[in-house]
Amino acid sequence: MSTELATLLRHDTGRDHRPVGAVVTGLGIVSPIGLGVERFWAATLAGRSGIAEITRFDASGYPSRLAGEVDGFRPEEHISSRLLPQTDHMTRMALAATDWALADAGVDPAGRPEYSMSVATAASAGGFEFGQRELEKLWGRGPLHVSAYQSFAWFYAVNTGQISIRHGMRGPSGVVVGDGASGLDVIAQARRLLRRGSGLVVTGSVDSNLCPWGWVAHLAGGGVSTVDDPAAAYRPFDSATSGYVPGEGGAILVLEDRDSAGDRGYGLVAGHGATFDGPDEPPGAGLRRSAELALDDAGIGPDRVDLVLADAAGSLDLDLAEVAVLTALFGEWGVPVTAPKTMTGRLSSGSAPLDVATALLALRDGVVPPTVHVTAPHPAIDLVRDRPRPAPLSTVLVLARGRGGFNSALVVQRLAV
Amino acid sequence: MNRRVGITGIGVIAPGGCGTAAFWDLLTTGRTATRHISTFDAAPYRSQIAAECDFCPLDFGLAAEDAAHLDRAAQFALAATGEALSCSGLTPRDRGERWGLVLGSAVGATMGLDREYAEVSGRGASWLVDHTRAVGHLYDYFVPSSMAAEVARRVGVRGPVSMVSAGCTSGLDAVAHGTELVREGSADVVLAGATDAPISPITVACFDAIKATSSRNDDPATASRPFDATRDGFVLGEGAAVFVLEELGAARRRGARIHAEVAGFAARCNAFHMTGLRPDGREMAEAITAALDECRLDPDDVDYVNAHGSGTKQNDWHETAALKKALGPRAHEIPMSSIKSMVGHSLGAIGSIELAACALAIEDQVVPPTANLHVPDPECDLDYVPHTARDQDLDVVLSVGSGFGGFQSAMLLAREGVLDR
Repeated sequence: MSTELATLLRHDTGRDHRPVGAVVTGLGIVSPIGLGVERFWAATLAGRSGIAEITRFDASGYPSRLAGEVDGFRPEEHISSRLLPQTDHMTRMALAATDWALADAGVDPAGRPEYSMSVATAASAGGFEFGQRELEKLWGRGPLHVSAYQSFAWFYAVNTGQISIRHGMRGPSGVVVGDGASGLDVIAQARRLLRRGSGLVVTGSVDSNLCPWGWVAHLAGGGVSTVDDPAAAYRPFDSATSGYVPGEGGAILVLEDRDSAGDRGYGLVAGHGATFDGPDEPPGAGLRRSAELALDDAGIGPDRVDLVLADAAGSLDLDLAEVAVLTALFGEWGVPVTAPKTMTGRLSSGSAPLDVATALLALRDGVVPPTVHVTAPHPAIDLVRDRPRPAPLSTVLVLARGRGGFNSALVVQRLAV
Repeated sequence: MNRRVGITGIGVIAPGGCGTAAFWDLLTTGRTATRHISTFDAAPYRSQIAAECDFCPLDFGLAAEDAAHLDRAAQFALAATGEALSCSGLTPRDRGERWGLVLGSAVGATMGLDREYAEVSGRGASWLVDHTRAVGHLYDYFVPSSMAAEVARRVGVRGPVSMVSAGCTSGLDAVAHGTELVREGSADVVLAGATDAPISPITVACFDAIKATSSRNDDPATASRPFDATRDGFVLGEGAAVFVLEELGAARRRGARIHAEVAGFAARCNAFHMTGLRPDGREMAEAITAALDECRLDPDDVDYVNAHGSGTKQNDWHETAALKKALGPRAHEIPMSSIKSMVGHSLGAIGSIELAACALAIEDQVVPPTANLHVPDPECDLDYVPHTARDQDLDVVLSVGSGFGGFQSAMLLAREGVLDR
């Protein structure tokens, strides 16, 4: 097909709902179980958990003391000394993950048209640790002590702005705010940017709010596990589930148009659906609608799904609602289900992009990564536990929810389907 | 078949009078709503002025409990949504699955966070803040998508719901995203808009630190002076605007009043500096050109430009250069004004509030003025419509925005029917 014709066709389909080939060509991962794609993936397949006692601050006085912290990230290796005082921890990690994702994709942004590159990241609470420091100065010492960088270091758009500056990406860019579903919604937004003509979009999220102020906000929200045993604190779908464990990290993805991706790429973002729970809907109905929309968008039925990466909230009600969705769509034991986030904790807006990265690696290697720490899983689902399970995989469904009623589902597929 | 998008409902909460009618009256009479900050003691701050909303949540159907728990920005969003819905005559009823919601915000629940931080930290006394003093709804301030959830839940929206943020272009980008959801068929009706309530100690302090805000504390009513040679920064504002975006064919079939059509939009980043702007305005110019291209219009079609016009030295030069670059000689002929001269700069919300002004301008065929423009800046040499509103034939209007992070956005609204030709 001539480039001209391809361009024309793209314009023709630009305003309907048919998917354009959105290929993930690069991944950058910062996680509690490893920095970089291969270290993360090896730890995931080995079932190695990164949940441990909090070291970032003294958590002994709080009712919950476990988190998934990123170990061994040395910001000075990635961030210039000029930029360090201007950035929160999560921004530094996001910038490093972006560097890795671009290198993984084999993309040199300097060689691309500046307006053809976009950035779309998710955020939950912005640079919250940076914000706590500045709030402490403001209230403890007075307004003259507040940093000149506060005006942008904490706000929700900071990572998108900093990534854009670092790589000279001047295309349409933005941020989706939320704690769970936003991490899938932003990848859908990246796909829209491709449809509108961007050639490359840096997307996903690396998030962190592991400071006392962020911790207290998590605790106020309820649902954080108060169990002290790292192997028992976050056990979604287990009859003894006790809540969730917060963590930090996530994944940055490079999304490219199929034409510019050529043979490169981990897989295709094939479908997305987003819904909001209605007040009168039964539990799980909204999540089910999002999954159905995503499958419909991908042009496939549930029978084509080989694996589900579950939201795995860790609360009894939410877990049961998700089980109801899975059994309604696929039947009892109808599809393998896994939740590798049991090793990392829930990373606010970073979890869903990390799940998408995990799904793509599972497709690449034909193996289902395990769920850990669950000893008494719900009997209606085929939860892949403790050991990886080899399986031919072509299509993976990723589910995510956000507090308040947000649901999102994303379908990823092998390139050669 | 391309799906087009009409604005069939508008709700505005803005300084100087809540509700669309009061807002439009303020703008068209050229009055200003900037004043001394009343919500906290601003004496220790460099900038002690803001444009505040005289907002009583109970007047908008909110319960006393809502007023106590919901951040002020969430209250604004609910109130603006209520007005927009009643203006449109629509409710989701059993069609909630086909309704979406996109809410923009630059700084989320800043007031709630600032207040609760002071409480749990003993006014900054302890790094290990006290969880026993935290309110249950702190999490909703922490992750401000709670605001979008609150609105969606109360209205009965069951389709795609999200909060978007792109600094001070959030309000334009939210409407752009909502428009896309309707165009692509993900929803038939989208409530789209933006809210911010940033007049809190931490926000005032952080703009003090970079001297972005005006310190004309002795004369707050004339402190916001976009394009005037004596301008010394923006004046912080607050508020919200929400639109009912409806698939145009359906809106016409039900005989809805269509305030304006969303014609086109585009965004660019300057990849230059988190708070600085390149003087030549090239990325904003690029966004304007791309927005015009999207709806196959050209500079001659544009009848009015609603400026970002924040009143910082840098912005107003940047923007004037961008418009000249994008519109060529036509830039000198098109009236262009900044309503921030009257209602201040409400960060993420202002993009939507300015779009409301654009839609109302199209309906009334009136261009709102730029207040406080007395001393011309030789480098700002366009027609900024000083002081007095102007009757004008308006078919197509352009609104532009510029935000921290380098975001540049442009959106075009058209009078109903104009794009059928």
